[in-house]
Amino acid sequence: MIGLSLWKTVQLGISSLLLHKLRSFLTTLGVLFGVASVVAMLAVGEGASEKAQAQLRELGSRNVILRSIKPKQDNVSEEETRVLAYGLKRTDFDRIDETYPGVVRTVPVLTSPQEVRVSDLLCRPKVLCTTPEFLKVSGRIMADGHFLSQQDEASRSLVTVLGYDVARFLFPFERAVGQTVRIGEHYFEVIGVLVPRGPLGATASNPSSEAGGEVYVPLSTGRAYFGERQVTVRSGTFDIQEVQLHEIIVQAERDVDVPFVAAACRAMLSREHEDKDYEVMVPLELIMREKETQRIFNIVLGSIAGISLLVGGIGIMNVMLATVTERTREIGIRRALGARRRHIITQFLVETTVLSGCGGLLGVALGLLIPWIIERTADLQTVVSPIAAVLAFGISVLIGMIFGLYPAWRAAHMDPVEALRHE
Amino acid sequence: MSDRPGDVVADLQNVGRVYRMGSELVHALRDFTFQFRSGEYWAIMGSSGSGKSTLLNLLGCIDRPTSGTYSVRGQEISGLNDNQLSVLRGRELGFIFQSYNLIPQLNVIDNILVPVVYQDDPIPNAKERAVELAERVGLQGRLDHRPSQLSGGQQQRVAIARSLINDPAMILADEATGNLDSKTAEEILELFDELHASGKTILLVTHEQEVGDRAQHLLRLKDGLIHEVRLAGEPAREEASA
Repeated sequence: MIGLSLWKTVQLGISSLLLHKLRSFLTTLGVLFGVASVVAMLAVGEGASEKAQAQLRELGSRNVILRSIKPKQDNVSEEETRVLAYGLKRTDFDRIDETYPGVVRTVPVLTSPQEVRVSDLLCRPKVLCTTPEFLKVSGRIMADGHFLSQQDEASRSLVTVLGYDVARFLFPFERAVGQTVRIGEHYFEVIGVLVPRGPLGATASNPSSEAGGEVYVPLSTGRAYFGERQVTVRSGTFDIQEVQLHEIIVQAERDVDVPFVAAACRAMLSREHEDKDYEVMVPLELIMREKETQRIFNIVLGSIAGISLLVGGIGIMNVMLATVTERTREIGIRRALGARRRHIITQFLVETTVLSGCGGLLGVALGLLIPWIIERTADLQTVVSPIAAVLAFGISVLIGMIFGLYPAWRAAHMDPVEALRHE
Repeated sequence: MSDRPGDVVADLQNVGRVYRMGSELVHALRDFTFQFRSGEYWAIMGSSGSGKSTLLNLLGCIDRPTSGTYSVRGQEISGLNDNQLSVLRGRELGFIFQSYNLIPQLNVIDNILVPVVYQDDPIPNAKERAVELAERVGLQGRLDHRPSQLSGGQQQRVAIARSLINDPAMILADEATGNLDSKTAEEILELFDELHASGKTILLVTHEQEVGDRAQHLLRLKDGLIHEVRLAGEPAREEASA
């Protein structure tokens, strides 16, 4: 019935700690901030990583994206007018499309800088000339109407699909589908509008400004009406670039095929292109890299957490050693009244554990509060992992036990005669 | 276990206790042979350095003799380890200190119960017994007070109740009235008289002659040796002189 139950010991420990409220509170601060920083930093880091991964996933995890890039110019040309031809070729596209195993879709994209107008509203979105399969490869969804069809492609129809932002800009008050827009010198019928990208992929596109947003037309139409040459007039000189395809999106059948498809594309391109006028982007690889980065981040964070908890633990040990000295007489009394060494050890161990446990609990609370505030003020996504919170709390309790062991041992091994004589 | 009056409760045979002070050996107690019997009320006196504190520590089993043997209720303590000795202290010995030595975080009842909670098989109905003892020593109405809310005399009453809780073989009181004014001291001594009358064994260390004179018997130490033994109703008997 009476006995010395653990609960009784905990109660006694708490009341001893409450005798010195400020000291106990300050002692827990080390552990508190250690745990809080771990939980908070993990949440912020995890949030950033998750966002990056989501953005990459939006590019399609089964996709391999080949892009044309302007090669570095070694010899600056003296000519006033010249044509710079570079980038992916139609032949590249055909090779991949016809021969590669494990490839389900291959989508060519030609971009053309054109002005898009409706009466006096003007914007300069990216005009993407592509094939109907683009929709499937990109994972985009129609908000209204339908996407480009094979029929449109075959007959070079003057039809267009607008990105959501462009549609909102050009037709703020009416339905865009069925209307006519002028792209460059030609008039196109709007046949569809895409839903905006997910909140994560919201690339800051503001079509009311000079550039931004997207507009889609059939590839054949684009080639016929806009051509592959892009002419820029720059301080009296013509700069003409000729690019056959700006982008080729290759979709593999399964995730596991992606590395092979990517390797094959790289091999083919390096064989066919003398200059490095292309790049190969593999979202899956980037996701992996992002995950690896996150892993390293977690390890670094874990080390910092370990160090700060160690410091917190040392702080607790320091205070407990002082407490033991201060309470030498109490230890002597208890020993004289029949307390065994293990009773004294338990008593002090419980006190340190309660201290560090409270620190850990408050730390977790603070660590959850910080991401909450960040999310509301800094517009950053955070992901709180319950495992991290539980783990941080557990480790803080463990730290208390480990660092409480020595002071408790010291207390238990005092000579009762000396302890009773202590003033 | 209860003793019949006259049973030996503390048996010291040729007990010596030597301390090392730097390079010097201090013989705090030399070849000390004595028996305390159940129901006796002894005052242990002597000037400082006479060995009375050492004797009390040995009797209380918080110290061990360097030579000789000591038995409590027939149990020899030299064969006991630290744990067994702790159990023995809690069960067989009741301590009363000059400065009361209560635990500040605990109320009166919980302080009285301290020797109980450390026992593996605590006495039954300990709480009821604690209340009963508190009332017996005159602490009615103060059972949930903390030591800081009590006067010195009241704190010493708590200590007395605490020393009785496990019904020990003997009560060891170390200058129990040393910190009290004469009126309160008198009350405490009356309490000791009552305890003695009810058959308790009391060993009271004091340096005050009047306190010593109130006890049943008197034992005077000098330089670690027995200097004088005065039994009730007998003239003082001088023992060995150094």
